[in-house]
Amino acid sequence: MSVGPSAAGPDPPDAPPSEPANPFRLIFRHRVRILDFLFRNSTLFFAVGILAILGTFVLVLVEGSKEPILRYGLNFVAGSTWSPNQAIFGALPFIFGTVMTSALALVFAVPLSLGIAIFLSELAPKWIAEPLGYIVELLAAVPSVVFGLWGLAVLVPFMRDTVDPPLRSVNAAASHAIHYPIPLFAGSVIGQDVFTASVILAIMIIPTISAISREALRAVPAAQREAALSLGATSWEATRISVLNYARVGIVGAIILGLGRAVGETMAVTMTIGNSDSIPNSLFGQGQTIASLIANEFFNDTPGSLYVSAIIEAALVLLIITLVINIGARLLVWRLVKGAGGPVE
Amino acid sequence: MVEGALSHEDPRPTKLRVDGLSAFYGPKKAISNVSLDFPERTVTAIIGPSGCGKSTLIRCLNRMHEVLPGTRIEGRVLLDGEDIYDGDPVSVRRRIGMVFQKPNPFPTMSVYDNVAAGLKLNGIRDRARVDAAVIRSLKQAALWDEVKDAIDGPGTRLSGGQQQRLCIARALAIEPEVLLMDEPCSALDPIATAKIEDLIFDLRKTYTLVIVTHNMQQAARVAEFTAFMYLGELVEFDRTQTLFEQPKQKLTENYITGRFG
Ligand SMILES: Nc1ncnc2c1ncn2[C@@H]1O[C@H](COP(=O)(O)OP(=O)(O)OP(=O)(O)O)[C@@H](O)[C@H]1O
Ligand SMILES: [Mg+2]
Repeated sequence: MSVGPSAAGPDPPDAPPSEPANPFRLIFRHRVRILDFLFRNSTLFFAVGILAILGTFVLVLVEGSKEPILRYGLNFVAGSTWSPNQAIFGALPFIFGTVMTSALALVFAVPLSLGIAIFLSELAPKWIAEPLGYIVELLAAVPSVVFGLWGLAVLVPFMRDTVDPPLRSVNAAASHAIHYPIPLFAGSVIGQDVFTASVILAIMIIPTISAISREALRAVPAAQREAALSLGATSWEATRISVLNYARVGIVGAIILGLGRAVGETMAVTMTIGNSDSIPNSLFGQGQTIASLIANEFFNDTPGSLYVSAIIEAALVLLIITLVINIGARLLVWRLVKGAGGPVE
Repeated sequence: MVEGALSHEDPRPTKLRVDGLSAFYGPKKAISNVSLDFPERTVTAIIGPSGCGKSTLIRCLNRMHEVLPGTRIEGRVLLDGEDIYDGDPVSVRRRIGMVFQKPNPFPTMSVYDNVAAGLKLNGIRDRARVDAAVIRSLKQAALWDEVKDAIDGPGTRLSGGQQQRLCIARALAIEPEVLLMDEPCSALDPIATAKIEDLIFDLRKTYTLVIVTHNMQQAARVAEFTAFMYLGELVEFDRTQTLFEQPKQKLTENYITGRFG
């Protein structure tokens, strides 16, 4: 049994283990065994505890939303009208809003994040890479309400005045050219819309994805890169065929963590999405995600009412979406690892 | 003390000439003013104690030295009379292949794709041509019989010795003119080592080989010429037999007889 050097107690740290005469050592060994036992069982306890907590999530949500589940069945997720006054609860607009803003955020964030990660780990000289790396990690830890405030103060006017109008003109011209309305960048521009919400989500998940991808890239042995270079690869080709390939499981993990953050993000989205309970008819339309719905409407009625129960059911849907994403990610990683051996060593 | 050019006649032309080469890691000079000629289609071994600059020297021969930040070289390396440091490193590395000390197959690729990787980088995508080159290289690397049924399986499922032969096949697939090997057998058992030594001996018919080794018996077995380095300098370069049996330098004699330090 090996003991850490700091835990040597009264023994000289490098005393040979074959000294049974030393009573301290015996007591100590015994203690180590108890600690070992405690450690193993407490970790088991916590592992089971996490499962139990997940179980109670589902229980609490199902219990709280029993009424709308029984009353609306699948219409709850298929219906696109959300009208609490008329007791109509179709959560499709929020499911749509959640999936759409998250997907769009990934489309913006993944290439940028990979670019940042590659720049930081492969291209930038050390004196740039180190401080920039710290800043990226710091950004990943900024609370979302701060992003939301920044979004309102800076991003919303910037999108409204600078980004959206040209997109709108291009979209209009393209629609005109093909005699068919393209519903991407159309309608009036107020700056608080699903597009802006997607952009702020992208900005929020870029630090997460780049910081974790950078770690994955940095863990690639130099020999991998050199193998590609020695075959006559250019620097970029070496990054692509050896480094990115080697790190792909870690990169997928980074993207999934970013997606998880986007799907569940509440504050920043609530502050920028425009909060409308219908499916937006363009990226400039207002919308709602499940998370922003809960933040906006949970306290609109008394607990136990049908309205609040419906919101709880929406939370259950969000939990299921998250679980599906994670299971999908597991399967993807599993396929990647199994597909071709996985990383060596 | 530098004994660069060969004293006796050799019919084969020089393939690779190292001329007054010094290499630096930052301010630290790792090899100093090395000059030697590698004749075409021969195996040349580089021997010497740990840290004497063997790896640094051969990494200068295909411009891998400059991949590390803060490194630089002085002097020239001539391939068929042209300085490889004049142009683009990428085209140099396509003509001068390298096998590393530790097998480094691409872990996410199959055996086939590992061998084909260099061809794809060279823009060769014609399936029949790639197939033929993969099979030829695996046969040359004496690996074909062992992997022909698992060619689409992952390269990392192979044993260490097989992985090293896979890396040799990968390097051979692009048909380099020179093949550099940095202690290719140091991670292998005697049987795998013997296989790779046989292979090196055969490859000499087609390629110019430079092999770094710690193992003097290995140098004696596979190499026609041997260079002995010490503390960043080339001490002696000669036919292997001459160098081992009648070394001209006292340092060489001490090293090969094991009386060192
Ligand atoms: N990346 C590096 N940075 C700084 N110094 C280095 C680096 N790599 C090697 N050196 C130094 O250069 C000298 C030559 O090293 P090299 O690796 O070429 O030796 P070697 O003969 O291949 O040794 P070995 O037989 O142990 O592989 C050594 O003194 C070593 O400390
Ligand atoms: Mg070495």
